[in-house]
Amino acid sequence: MTGAPLARGARAFIGVLLRLYPASFRTEYGADIRAMFARRWRQTATVAARATLCIDAVADAVRNAPLVHWDILRQDVVFALRAMRRAPALGFTVILVTAIGIGATTAAFSLADHVLLKPLPFRDPERLVKIWQLPRGGGRLEASPANFRDWKEEVSAYESVGAFNAYSANLVGAGDPLRLDGSSVSGELFGVLGVSALIGRTIVPADDRVSAPATVVISERLWRTRFAADPAVIGTTVVLNDAVRVVVGVMPRTFEFPTRTVDFWIPFQFAPEAWVYFNPYLQIVARLKPGVSRAQALAETRKLTEEIARRISRDPDGGRMSANVIGMRDELLPQSRMLLWGLLAASGALLIIACTNLASLLLTRGLARQKELALRAALGAGRHRMLRQMLTENLLLAGVGGVAGVALAAAYVPTLARLVPSGLPISDIPGIDVRLLSMALAVTMASAIGFGLVPALRTLQHADAAALREGARGGSSRRTERVRGMLVIAQVGASVLLLVASGLLLRALLRVQQIDPGFRTEGVVTARTALPLPKYEAVAVRHQFFDRVLGDVRALPGVSNAAYITGLPMLMRGMIWTVSLPGREQLSEFRATVSLRFVTPGFFATMGIPLRAGRDVADSDTQNSLPVAVVSQSFVDRYWPGQNPIGRRFAALGALRGERIVVGVVGNILWRALERNSEPQLYLPSQQVDDGAMVNHMPKELVVKSSLPPASLVPAIRAIVARADPQQPVSDVQRLSDVLDGETAPRRVQVRVLGAFAAIAFLLTAIGLHGLLAYNVSQRAREIGVRLALGAQRRSILAIVMQRGLALAAAGVVIGAALALVAGRLLQTLLAGVSPTDVVTFAAAVGLSVLMTIAGSLLPAVRALRVDPIEVIRAE
Amino acid sequence: MAGDPDVDDLLPLPPATFHILMALADEDRHGYAIIQEIAARTDGALRLSAGTLYRSIQRMIDQDLIIEVHERPAPEEDDERRRYYRITRFGTAVARAEAKRLQALVRLARLSGFVPRSAS
Repeated sequence: MTGAPLARGARAFIGVLLRLYPASFRTEYGADIRAMFARRWRQTATVAARATLCIDAVADAVRNAPLVHWDILRQDVVFALRAMRRAPALGFTVILVTAIGIGATTAAFSLADHVLLKPLPFRDPERLVKIWQLPRGGGRLEASPANFRDWKEEVSAYESVGAFNAYSANLVGAGDPLRLDGSSVSGELFGVLGVSALIGRTIVPADDRVSAPATVVISERLWRTRFAADPAVIGTTVVLNDAVRVVVGVMPRTFEFPTRTVDFWIPFQFAPEAWVYFNPYLQIVARLKPGVSRAQALAETRKLTEEIARRISRDPDGGRMSANVIGMRDELLPQSRMLLWGLLAASGALLIIACTNLASLLLTRGLARQKELALRAALGAGRHRMLRQMLTENLLLAGVGGVAGVALAAAYVPTLARLVPSGLPISDIPGIDVRLLSMALAVTMASAIGFGLVPALRTLQHADAAALREGARGGSSRRTERVRGMLVIAQVGASVLLLVASGLLLRALLRVQQIDPGFRTEGVVTARTALPLPKYEAVAVRHQFFDRVLGDVRALPGVSNAAYITGLPMLMRGMIWTVSLPGREQLSEFRATVSLRFVTPGFFATMGIPLRAGRDVADSDTQNSLPVAVVSQSFVDRYWPGQNPIGRRFAALGALRGERIVVGVVGNILWRALERNSEPQLYLPSQQVDDGAMVNHMPKELVVKSSLPPASLVPAIRAIVARADPQQPVSDVQRLSDVLDGETAPRRVQVRVLGAFAAIAFLLTAIGLHGLLAYNVSQRAREIGVRLALGAQRRSILAIVMQRGLALAAAGVVIGAALALVAGRLLQTLLAGVSPTDVVTFAAAVGLSVLMTIAGSLLPAVRALRVDPIEVIRAE
Repeated sequence: MAGDPDVDDLLPLPPATFHILMALADEDRHGYAIIQEIAARTDGALRLSAGTLYRSIQRMIDQDLIIEVHERPAPEEDDERRRYYRITRFGTAVARAEAKRLQALVRLARLSGFVPRSAS
């Protein structure tokens, strides 16, 4: 009959449709549905009728298959919830472990992504580079205006080149005077970046000409807070540092260049005499021409810079200067980059620990339920059905854990973000976006399926009739034991690695915190009054202000001293000046550099810097009196070692023409940073400078030593300043101790983050070890009982359990320590001189691991000791 | 059993479920027979698809409304594998409760004038 091949075709057709249904349903009803279809197929004769039949069948399957899936899912979820309610501790542990693993990974990844990978918010950001001068000794140096001009006009690799520089100013007008961070920019800068204004326009080359009217572009934040987001602000004028400027544009909120705190941009308007080579203060951004590589640009820029340096330098060695071209995305300190990789590695280690723990937990659960599964199999439940059910259960647990993990990550990303200094023009707090969420989802699914499916399959393999036998030992094979042992070794190894890494960072932090900065911070509060020009150009005028403020502040009850200085240690790092000594003009450039500050009398006493010899600067050191100087001990050690410096002469070059006489010697302080060498220090009386000269060295930091809490002192200081000059803002009010703490803040965050990772890893490992040993003991209860019955000592039973734990831990410690040696070497840039093989740290990590092993083994060991031989043997 | 909260939990019944229970009221039937019986009872107005039938059956077994009986009545004209389903006591109780619920509903509809008098 012709129906036979047709029937075969129909069979294949219905077979495909049946694939839409869950396997368990197909096994159960597939044959019936197939038979029913076959019967109707035979009953229809025409092609049209059969086509209708097929369409009906497709519609039927498409409608019902999802409903069957849904039915099963609902059933499994209900079942899983019931199982979880029966053993809440286990379910909770699985969720917690998943949450920690996923949370840590997501947070670390989002931060790394944000800092290392995310494109900068400019047009074609991959074509943006920064150009630095490269001093002969290495490192990098800002560019001088003449360098900027050369690169802009003569290097063909660049489409455009722009310059910028930090510039702060006082904004005066309606409301309180305000100190704002801003930036001076060359006319090309906005074009180089490829950004446009929110309203109005950006700064353009025409604004940058000397003769052009003074303009300013403001930030969206300033526009909102100061100008009520009024679009009519365009064309109005503002007063910045006594200069009247026309507002020509507002930049969008996303434009955070060069830093997040910038509120305005003004054109440089370089004067003709500004185009020199010896005044490096500009940062340079350039846009490569399409198709030009960074290497090509580097070669061309270097060649030009070195040629010019040779031409203008009288040094027979040729040019001292070269140039370096760095991708804008790569403008990140090596330490920050290292830290990010470290963070990623740490979170990876944590994820491995979490996943192995998860696998171990699920394996335990699977084994514990072997009897239940065997029973269900015996009652006719299909393997597919049981597998699916276990998978649903694991996915549910992992899903809850994953959601908790993402919440955890969202909560901790801001803390992690503080690890990375805000050197890049991107917002400080990374967001958690779709890509990250899908990554978290993938990790969750992978850990649930990878670490849930394998145990489930293994369990099902063992779920045979044998498991049902009374007294059966649950079928824990030797291989399962070995796998679990290896998982514990991996966990111990990873946690030793994290312990050593965080221990090394902690030692580095302690070492840095113990560094003596050379000054005392107790009770010292600082505030900034940056005086505007040209109002305060004359020394006498600004000293009226200083004298009035200092006099009133010193008169406050509880204040013991107060002074003004150019810049605070750790905050103003530069201000390097060159000196020459009579008869020693051949001093190399490096040897001649000192760190210069102008101070008012009382600065050393206020800061607790000891006066070693001679006297402090005095009110009597004026423009008309003998030029004097106070120098640091390191200054003496360098230029007059072993001699009495008082009364000796030297010359400060540049704008400070003429000789100075040393009248005092004070202790060294660390100007640059706790962890860097500082140049010898030179302090000059604030009155001994020509009017209008060295105005960026003008004292602006007020330091006050008092016994008052800052909360009551600061309002008094503000009132005093307002009385001295109502238009003068007070900014950057802080305790000196906070300045110092700021130095170690990144290290403290490092230690806290990595320490938290290590603590979590440690805890998870203890849980894993405990779980394994506890299971081990329960599996061997019969053996232990028999041994006890045969007269074994309790002590030897204890030894059996502890031995296993210690053996696993020892293997883990060896592996972890070996990895830690490698990691320590990689971390070396962050270690502040602490040896990567620091014995104390390694000993502490190993000791902690041993303690953890003992703690993890204790409960199972006690349980082993409680085994009642009679009970066990009777159960046989 | 009427007051059993389990019974009320299942109400109202999906129409397919109620029809299957009615088809099994007097005798055990296999799947195809259930479809035919329902078609006959409704004068061909309702013809369950295979998917709907077995999805309902799977759920009804889980809910203890019906059981699968493995005994086979005398084979008819073909050799298909036949699985027979039987209504349980619980299934009967649920069907009764559903009928009662529908009755009460019809009574309400009649009071609203939605049911023509001749139909009673």
